[in-house]
Amino acid sequence: MIAKLRGSYGSGIEPLTYAGQNYMVVDRSLIPEILQVLRNEEQFDYCVDITAVHYPTREKQFEVVWVLYSFARNERIRVKTQILDGASLPSSVPIWTGANWLEREVFDMFGIKFDGHPDMKRILLPDGWKGHPLRKDYGILQQDNEWVQINLGIESGQ
Amino acid sequence: MTDPHTSLSHLDLETPEKPFLDANELVINMGPQHPATHGVLRVILRLDGEKVLGLECVIGYLHRGVEKIGEHRTYTMFNPYVDRMDYVAAVSNGLGYCETVERLLTVEAPPRAQYVRVILTELNRIASHQLWLGTHALDIGAITPLFYTFRDREEILKIYEKYCGARLTTHAFRIGGLQYETYTGFEKEVKNFLDFFRPKIDEYEELLTTNRIWVERTRNVGTISAQDCIALGVTGPVLRASGVKWDLRKAQPYATYKNFDFDIPTGQNGDTYDRYLVRMAEMRQSVRIIEQAVGAIPEGPIMAKVPKVMKPPAGEVYHSIEAPKGELGYFIVSDGSTQPYRVRVRPPSFVNLQALDVMCRGQLVADVIAVIGTLDIVLGEVDR
Repeated sequence: MIAKLRGSYGSGIEPLTYAGQNYMVVDRSLIPEILQVLRNEEQFDYCVDITAVHYPTREKQFEVVWVLYSFARNERIRVKTQILDGASLPSSVPIWTGANWLEREVFDMFGIKFDGHPDMKRILLPDGWKGHPLRKDYGILQQDNEWVQINLGIESGQ
Repeated sequence: MTDPHTSLSHLDLETPEKPFLDANELVINMGPQHPATHGVLRVILRLDGEKVLGLECVIGYLHRGVEKIGEHRTYTMFNPYVDRMDYVAAVSNGLGYCETVERLLTVEAPPRAQYVRVILTELNRIASHQLWLGTHALDIGAITPLFYTFRDREEILKIYEKYCGARLTTHAFRIGGLQYETYTGFEKEVKNFLDFFRPKIDEYEELLTTNRIWVERTRNVGTISAQDCIALGVTGPVLRASGVKWDLRKAQPYATYKNFDFDIPTGQNGDTYDRYLVRMAEMRQSVRIIEQAVGAIPEGPIMAKVPKVMKPPAGEVYHSIEAPKGELGYFIVSDGSTQPYRVRVRPPSFVNLQALDVMCRGQLVADVIAVIGTLDIVLGEVDR
């Protein structure tokens, strides 16, 4: 499968293995197409998870990860791509309906937007909250004090 | 003061053209403090009389930032935190976490530890399903099963308490194996429990399976097709009740599940009644697994050679297990230090809850209660 994908997309895909698990690092520009191909041609019909990792020291700060599974092949694969802070990604809701909440969580926690998402808003934190907690520059004790004071009527949530 | 937790944007509240008292559509709020939402789940229902046209879930009331905490604790220190996500299946959470870190460290728990893990995890599956059954039946109006299931669940909690001192958030496993050797009489007590519990499942079934009210309230309620389940990423008993024979214990065996003989119960209709039957059958299968495991616990060490200060080599691993609610996955990124660089939990309840809208459309308000119950969500895990 990897060989086939490499054949059609060339160096935009880098297949890797760690601890016996396959994943591939894909160029940002190829993401919409690769996800579509994995779903339609390679039978990865179950989108297990979408998440991100923040590397503030890198130029492309965010790594977005899709964990996919194929029932037919009983196989898992992870697709990774790196994007700049502030860049957006195409939504995969049209490919997997279940991506909806997962993408909302990535947005909530990292501030990464997904274009074409039917309802791109926060999911776990309240709508008016400032900041995205899973970024590395967001402190573990940090909170949106203003929000807490206005909405909860207390000085601090700590 | 407007409620900052929601925007009702796509529910179309603004329809000023409609004349007064044209109450074709009604928007009703349910929760977050509602006894039938199993925690702090808020559901905004759009109704046509009694019929549900659509709904939106508002979650996050129990968000504690577990993933953020994970980045600030060592691998060992984070272990008890995972118990607080799905707190009715704490042992499963711990198993998933320990196995993922073990993969990063490339160590494997010794066989004795693996067997004890399987026994405790399957007991946990039974306990989780018992709690589900009791509360689900209570929501629908059958009060008795709650007393039965809680009475019997107590026996499992006693085993936990004797084994590790805790009943709910057990912290039963350690990275690399177990901290505690089984207590004297552990095997006998587990066997006694199995003998005690087997007729109890029949008892539950006698109360419900052919009970006319139960059948009327659950059959053809909250139906979801296998395709919808897969598209939405729904796993666990919900997926199996829709006819997909998929269980991670068989598909990608972990722990020592490949040594045990058991079936994957499935349903056909994907309705609330089938999900009930699937979970009942799963309890019986868990009994089968424990029976095989408890008679064959190998001798030997209970802890693998794990360094006191854990520094997994830089890399990342995704590992998942079949928790009572579905696929529970951990994605851990290590940068070679003592703390995980990133811990991501793929919670089954969170992903399964997404299906609530699909399952409730066209149903009655009372059925929403049944469907929330049948999804078997734990808000601690949804919100993390």
